[in-house]
Amino acid sequence: MKSLEELRQIKERALQRRKLSGEGSRARVVVAMGTCGIAAGARDTMSAILKELEQRDIADVVVTQTGCLGLCEYEPIVQVQVGEQDMVTYGNIGPDRVATLIEEHVVGGAPVEKWQLKG
Amino acid sequence: MAFRAHVIISGAPEQAQGVKTALLEQIDTLGLNEEVEIREATDLTIASQGVEAIVYPDATHYIDLTPEDAALIAEEHLYKGRPVERLVYEEPGVEPLPEPSIKEVRVVLKNVGKINPEDIDDYIAEDGYAALGKALTEMTPDDVIAELKASGLRGRGGAGFPTWLKWTFARQATGSPKYLVCNGDEGDPGAFMNRRVLEGDPHSVIEGMAIAAYAIGASQGYFYVRAEYPIAIETLRVAIEQARTYGLLGENIFDTGFSFDLEVRMGAGAFVCGEETALMQSIEGKRGQPRTRPPFPAVSGLWGKPTNINNVETYANVPQILLKGGEWFASMGTERSKGTKTFAIAGKVKRTGLIEVPLGITVREIIYDVGGGILDDKAYKAVQTGGPMGGCIPEKYLDMPVDYESLASVGSIMGSGGFVVMDEDTCMVDIARFFMEFVQEESCGKCVPCRVGTRKMLDILNRICGGEGRPGDIESLEVLGKYIKSGSLCGLGQGAPNPVLSTIEHFRDEYEAHIYDKKCPAQVCRALIEYKVDPETCIGCTRCARNCPVDAISGTPREAHIIDPEICIRCGICEQVCPVNAISHE
Repeated sequence: MKSLEELRQIKERALQRRKLSGEGSRARVVVAMGTCGIAAGARDTMSAILKELEQRDIADVVVTQTGCLGLCEYEPIVQVQVGEQDMVTYGNIGPDRVATLIEEHVVGGAPVEKWQLKG
Repeated sequence: MAFRAHVIISGAPEQAQGVKTALLEQIDTLGLNEEVEIREATDLTIASQGVEAIVYPDATHYIDLTPEDAALIAEEHLYKGRPVERLVYEEPGVEPLPEPSIKEVRVVLKNVGKINPEDIDDYIAEDGYAALGKALTEMTPDDVIAELKASGLRGRGGAGFPTWLKWTFARQATGSPKYLVCNGDEGDPGAFMNRRVLEGDPHSVIEGMAIAAYAIGASQGYFYVRAEYPIAIETLRVAIEQARTYGLLGENIFDTGFSFDLEVRMGAGAFVCGEETALMQSIEGKRGQPRTRPPFPAVSGLWGKPTNINNVETYANVPQILLKGGEWFASMGTERSKGTKTFAIAGKVKRTGLIEVPLGITVREIIYDVGGGILDDKAYKAVQTGGPMGGCIPEKYLDMPVDYESLASVGSIMGSGGFVVMDEDTCMVDIARFFMEFVQEESCGKCVPCRVGTRKMLDILNRICGGEGRPGDIESLEVLGKYIKSGSLCGLGQGAPNPVLSTIEHFRDEYEAHIYDKKCPAQVCRALIEYKVDPETCIGCTRCARNCPVDAISGTPREAHIIDPEICIRCGICEQVCPVNAISHE
């Protein structure tokens, strides 16, 4: 890092990449992978999500991770953002709920109300 | 014999019996006797769901079963291997959270749970490393310290020493090289605020450290993180590597000639190593024991060189103070405690978890507004702040502001941010005993008052909880506490008696009830409670006697049973299994 300008360019690039259209993706799925999430089974949830997307041959969904949201008792927590819609946060998403989540929200575009953490 | 499947049935006795009979008959018809085992249990779930059954190995949970349903389950599930979906219990959806409390203000946690901690670009997108850039290119080290002074930031490790002053001492110290240390040895039971920051936003701490290094003139820094945080350590290593790749750590950062690099050191599990002098001994590879101060680390720290040591959260605040200005930070909080603080809310509260609130918020607001109130709407009894060296705050101080001075005035401490809420069912003597057991085990043994004194205090507390309390015990605890506090070198010993002294101060009646009346008012201390069968209500069903793990219950069928208190281990199973509620304890 040699200058503030260089830092600014990296920031611009990162912001651009965040826009889903910027990277040609239809949705973003974020799994909370702090110690609390992992203890509650976030790794299994993550694998289930990757497997489900692979089985459905979906390639334009970004799957990424983040840290603890502070709602440790609702872990594993998964966030889904479709297109430019608001990010929806889900609680207690074990591997058994992944298929429904992908089917209804990522593919169907309708958030799964009953698992949603509101507010 | 090895069974292929197990079915566990529970529910009200008559109905459960009907379902069990139907199930057994059908199993018999299908010839599965050798393959399926049926067992009874008392309560499978907390909420009553009629007659319930769980079928293992797949743990299918059925509710509201009738004998007809049972026959169907035998036929479909046990014989054909197809669970009867119609009867399967589906867990209710996640309870929606109320609107986020307006009382939460995120400064330290602004990126946590939002960015990908393993991607430095994601941090830079949130203005990451802009503060370091600003400091190196536009500010002198004195400017940085002046900004910190304006912010009023105080040490988040618990003691609350002004950060700018600490940095000034390290800056003015003569000696070279100078070192920088980040204390990530978060050891308080139930507290994991720092872990969350390290795992969720490691670069904010790295950036804060780089700025501190610039301010004091250090070029080498150490992250001291406890080995129990493997994910935090891994995340940090990835982050440090990425920062090096971008040249944000290493030589000649921002082409200013400033060089700084970081190394992660793991703690080996000793609680006392969270104490700064013990921590530095540990980094040097020596046994983790505190030493006398002065000289303070700023003068003689790591390898005898000037060293600045701050907590994870303290460093994480620094980048934003430089970006938004000290005045912005000082606009939050109270007169003497500025900014925000993260807390780990645990215990008997509806919403446990990690929060960040402005200092000066009241205890009531944290528990009732942010935490949603006491679990099951029970009565509030106390909150333990500051971990095992903190004190318990009773109801009369619910409206007290949470800041360094107020907490100290009621015999507690800010500590790193543990916030354990207790309800009416908590025995304060038992809680004090629990914390004393913890510090007694963690005492490093260097100072005699701490090493021997905590053992003596624990002995007395064990005696009181065991029903052997003697007159004078409370006074002995107070005297021991006083000497341990004044005769110990470090915060562990100086704080060890706090839970006991504060519970004696605020809940003396509970200690007296244990010692003089041989009663535990919260009915927690097992030696002080007795299980009894009401002979009028008892129907002599023998269920309690059959379930008693130590055969303490005797009696003939259809006649009242008796519990032998000499044999009874107060496990409470008899009370749970009694179908007519004839057993109680007091």
